[in-house]
Amino acid sequence: MADDLFRLTVADAGDALTAGDISSVDLTRSVLDRIDAVDARTGAFLLVTADAALAQAEDADARRARGDAGPLLGIPLAIKDVLCTDGVATTCASRILEGFVPPYDATVVARLKDAGAVLVGKTNMDEFAMGSSNENSGYHPVRNPWDLSRVPGGSSGGSAAAVAADECLAALGSDTGGSVRQPAALCGCVGLKPTYGRVSRYGLVAFASSLDQVGPLTKSVHDAAVLLEATAGHDPRDATSLPEPVPDYAAELDGKVEGLRVGVAPEYFGEGIDAGVASAVEDAISILKANGAEIREITLPHTEYALPVYYVIAPSEASANLARYNGVKYGLSDPQADDVDEMMATVRAQGFGAEVKRRIMLGTFALSSGYYDAYYLRAQKVRTLIKQDFDTAFESVDVIAAPTSPTTAFDLGGRTADPLAMYRADVLTLPASLAGLPAISVPCGFVDGLPAGLQLIAPPLQEARLLRVADAYERLRPASPAPRQAVGA
Amino acid sequence: MTTPPGYRVVIGLETHVQLKTASKMFCRTSAAYASAPPNTLVCPVCLGMPGVLPVINAAAVDLTILTGLALHSEIPPHAKFDRKNYAYPDLMKWYQISQYDLPLCVGGWLEIDAKGETRRIRITRVHLEEDTAKLTHVVGDDGQPASLIDVNRSGVPLMEIVTEPDITSAEEAMAYGLKLRNILRWLGVSTANMQDGALRIDANVSVWPIGAEVGDTKVEVKNMNSFRALGQALDFEVERQTALLERGERLEQETRGWDERAARTVSQRTKEYAHDYRYFPEPDLPPLEITRERVQRLAEQMPELPDAFRQRLTGELGVASADADELIEDRDLAVYTIDVIERHAGPAAEVVTWVLQDVRRLLNARELESDDMPISAASMAQLLALRAKGELSSTMAGTVLEEMFDSGKSLEEVVAARGRQISDTDALADIAREVMAANPQAVADYHAGKDRAVQFLMGQVMRRTRGQANPGKVTELLRVELDRDRGE
Amino acid sequence: MIDREQVVHVAALARLALSEAEIDRMQADLQQILQAFEALNALDVSDVSPTAQVIPLATVERPDATEAPLSRDDVMRNAPRVERDQIRVPAVLPED
Repeated sequence: MADDLFRLTVADAGDALTAGDISSVDLTRSVLDRIDAVDARTGAFLLVTADAALAQAEDADARRARGDAGPLLGIPLAIKDVLCTDGVATTCASRILEGFVPPYDATVVARLKDAGAVLVGKTNMDEFAMGSSNENSGYHPVRNPWDLSRVPGGSSGGSAAAVAADECLAALGSDTGGSVRQPAALCGCVGLKPTYGRVSRYGLVAFASSLDQVGPLTKSVHDAAVLLEATAGHDPRDATSLPEPVPDYAAELDGKVEGLRVGVAPEYFGEGIDAGVASAVEDAISILKANGAEIREITLPHTEYALPVYYVIAPSEASANLARYNGVKYGLSDPQADDVDEMMATVRAQGFGAEVKRRIMLGTFALSSGYYDAYYLRAQKVRTLIKQDFDTAFESVDVIAAPTSPTTAFDLGGRTADPLAMYRADVLTLPASLAGLPAISVPCGFVDGLPAGLQLIAPPLQEARLLRVADAYERLRPASPAPRQAVGA
Repeated sequence: MTTPPGYRVVIGLETHVQLKTASKMFCRTSAAYASAPPNTLVCPVCLGMPGVLPVINAAAVDLTILTGLALHSEIPPHAKFDRKNYAYPDLMKWYQISQYDLPLCVGGWLEIDAKGETRRIRITRVHLEEDTAKLTHVVGDDGQPASLIDVNRSGVPLMEIVTEPDITSAEEAMAYGLKLRNILRWLGVSTANMQDGALRIDANVSVWPIGAEVGDTKVEVKNMNSFRALGQALDFEVERQTALLERGERLEQETRGWDERAARTVSQRTKEYAHDYRYFPEPDLPPLEITRERVQRLAEQMPELPDAFRQRLTGELGVASADADELIEDRDLAVYTIDVIERHAGPAAEVVTWVLQDVRRLLNARELESDDMPISAASMAQLLALRAKGELSSTMAGTVLEEMFDSGKSLEEVVAARGRQISDTDALADIAREVMAANPQAVADYHAGKDRAVQFLMGQVMRRTRGQANPGKVTELLRVELDRDRGE
Repeated sequence: MIDREQVVHVAALARLALSEAEIDRMQADLQQILQAFEALNALDVSDVSPTAQVIPLATVERPDATEAPLSRDDVMRNAPRVERDQIRVPAVLPED
């Protein structure tokens, strides 16, 4: 067993730790060795904090010896590099934040530390979480563990690849328009985006403030429930965090779907959806039906507008959020320059990658005098219509089932020349983001050797329901012969 | 300076006021930056670090609403914060959280005295935002010009009060500024000191030929660090614009800074960077719903304002106008004075003079703020009562005040140690006779017509009584005794 | 929809010193993206109120209480250049 502890789920590792079969130090060593063995191929990590992780593991073992317990005590996790970590470099995979070391922890990071988790490192991502393939990392791309010539999805591609390649037991990512769910689908792991406001954004480097949420990427739905419970809840430092109690999500996983009303919208199965993916998702829905769920056809008529709405609103907010990176206070700079304005504009031009610059330009334009009403305000209004679609749908269904991504993992470099083609990778995850709804991607088999994801969407704060359905499906799902990973043992 | 003939002057004022809160606008860092060493009152939020989020300081909202109520503004039920985007190195996030279309207070007015007439200056709005960091322009250690950033001020709550263009002269602008400053002090919302930057008045000025339509073009004048500077800058600007028009030139929209040393405004247009604030709703802050209960609660907290107070002083209390004006500039001192007046049996003017002269001189000498007054109003009233009754001479009262100030001892303690004034006629007459007996030469001088001898004898009486003799009474008694002596 | 001059203007607003080649590429990309956004014009939104936030929250405030600031070392640690306990930048001209 000791050889492949890194393959454990959070739940199984927790059991083994509780039983005293293994120590957190054993587990952490195993994970660090695994990173050593495969990360050169996946590129999932930007920074591995081995020494700190082992120290945390020792602490966790000491805590356990003192009688402490908890589902995350001593569990090695990875953190997307979009979350601030006290004393540990945080770059958002951007050159502009090279060398930046925050003097504080994001609230979710602090909560994981309090729970005794071991943080093994910071995972790679699309720069400032802008991207759907992880090719926009300012450092190096991430490769899909199932096929190293393909992308892992984005922007939490590093976290998804790290989980899929067993380089950590679970990871945190962030989802603005699908950045947890889409890479989870492409890498064959579970990815949960909570209700907007469910999890604190304090310390999450902002991309689009009205959309960003932190969410877990895990090997099982149960583990996602554990991570959500550990990270969710009101935070006085985030005025948009909801002051609602946090249920014991894991305890509510009863495997039942009987009587559950599952909505299926034709808008999510139309043009551009890979036939193989659609069929995998339809099979999954059939399984739910066969086990007592009621399948209802619904319509979400404004789905097609989600893409333009998102790509107006998110870049607009981003254009302000990313304004602070100007070489004055931290990060890339040129302090020897003579002209401060020139210095700041040059640092920004050099420090940001092409996609980030494109979105800053897009957002600046959409907010600029004379265009605000036509773009930003109009997009906000259509956002209302998209939200209303869901409100109506949830009057007659409990959850909505759909594919997470229109395709399986695509080739590295396959879409980099065409920004719109890349943007379309998020087309099925954007609507729930715009409506602030919780949504999960759970693996639903393989298409041509690559993982496909089933997306489930629930009404606000119904994460428990979402997890219950996803977990039930996970239990009912046929054990399809998983193809061998490119980074297998 | 008067308005140039044939022209009309249009001035609107934008006043930034730092609010007197314990913590900053959007974070829990102390807002007491004025006395702090550079960069010691900074947290990730006010430094604009990646990942931080703002949370609204409820007290800053309250103080803004209170100000709006004092300015007769409407307090709408819905307000929100917006991001105002502009790129300047002292703005940590490169956007300022401010209020665009839904400010906390809308409309209102402030009455000023203009050449004996009351004029109403309309208020457009009062909104809340955050201050920037402080830039200092220096020659760097390497001899190169550089700017240094102290982040302490970043995020201090800043209230902006905007007027309609109702002001027609520098004098009116100053009257508005002074009046507003007093109100802010009376409300307790700000120290409102211009020198410290707690009160900053920017002006939009334009001059138009009478008969011509008033256009949109205006010159924004900044950097006035005192009321004097405000008056001078506006006078200069009116004169400059008038001369421009006289030469047949057109007014140009621009920002000009007041150069104190050169006593002129200087164009600040330096870079041809486009300006477009790109306001949009702050996604990190849910909107504000201002309940009527909250407004009511604040209205009930409204203290007496300087106008009403001044009226009370100059009306029923009979205090001189100039004294009243002087007093209302310092709210703590004014409130203290009223407290003493209410406990004092004698005329209010007596108290006002005493406070403005003796008490304030001591405050200044000891570098104390009015709210650090070491003597209670009750003790101060008792002290004045002793003086009024003649138990302390004016000089003695001054000495007692000083000792109470410095030692913290009670009035009773100090008076017990120093003794009261001796006004008893029999006792003083005895002493006077003793002194005369001991100084026959002085008596003779007096009788020879040298009136100054009375002063000498008086000094001797004071010496014997260790200064406690009532000087008026002694002079009176000495003359009686001397004259009787001659008559015998 | 967006000409080169506008791209240059927006880049100035965004404080991005783009190269000539970047401006060309940017114009082409923005043109293509904005074209896709035209779809939004198909909808009549005259009676729809905008959604800026999806959470049902209002008036989230905190009490006026202070907490300890960062140490000055933590404030300055990431600063590119420090002088006299302050962040040094090249000389800034007065705000216009």
